[in-house]
Amino acid sequence: MKDSRSVLRKQGPTNIDVLSILSYYLPLPGIISILHRISGVIVFLLLPLLLWLLQASLASPESFSSLQACIQHPFTKLLLWALLSGLFFHLTAGVRHLLMDAGIGETISSAQVAAKITLVISILLIVGAGVWLW
Amino acid sequence: MVKQVVSVTNLGRSGVSDWLIQRVSAVVIGAYVLWLSGYFLMHQGLDYFQWHALMTTLPMQIFTLLMLLSVAAHAWIGLWTITTDYIKPANIRAVSQLVLAFMTLIYFIWAVLVLWGV
Repeated sequence: MKDSRSVLRKQGPTNIDVLSILSYYLPLPGIISILHRISGVIVFLLLPLLLWLLQASLASPESFSSLQACIQHPFTKLLLWALLSGLFFHLTAGVRHLLMDAGIGETISSAQVAAKITLVISILLIVGAGVWLW
Repeated sequence: MVKQVVSVTNLGRSGVSDWLIQRVSAVVIGAYVLWLSGYFLMHQGLDYFQWHALMTTLPMQIFTLLMLLSVAAHAWIGLWTITTDYIKPANIRAVSQLVLAFMTLIYFIWAVLVLWGV
């Protein structure tokens, strides 16, 4: 048997360097998958922002109103938008994962469709969050 | 008998357990996010007293605490998976996992203290 698998077995696995990842073709479901990881990390790193919002919004009526003023600042809004974008993307892509656990969207063609739907829904949610903030 | 190598850094000490916890916690967090997003959309001019009253009802406090527990578990399983996948040198991986585990716990304690003081 002289197929590619036996060649691979003879050579053994080889390490590639980080930049050579770019020379591989990553299909849309793969891009959604890596973005799911990246968005999860972004949400985790921005969680202190949510904790601060929770704390200041509940502490007293005074801290609530000073928080309302603080949220009007463009920089705060941008940070919040980044957090909400990460959260909504992670949520949408997470639903895709749960559907895949149920056996939905696992074939080559349906995975493409599921990835596109994920992309469209998350973009709509991210734009919606931006509209809500501004 | 050969002693089995057991993973000691992942949350459930087993991949199947982590897999299940990751999905159950995801559903809890997702439900919380959707519920609160809906609440904010319905209450555009939300004031302090309305917001405070909502967050201090018993069902909401239980839901919030359940969500916080889920976030801590979900974040740790996710971060453990990512660091285990991408960081190969054992010492760098151990240090980053230690830092991330402490961050997760600090977030959780901070949030519980905020809820406790309300």
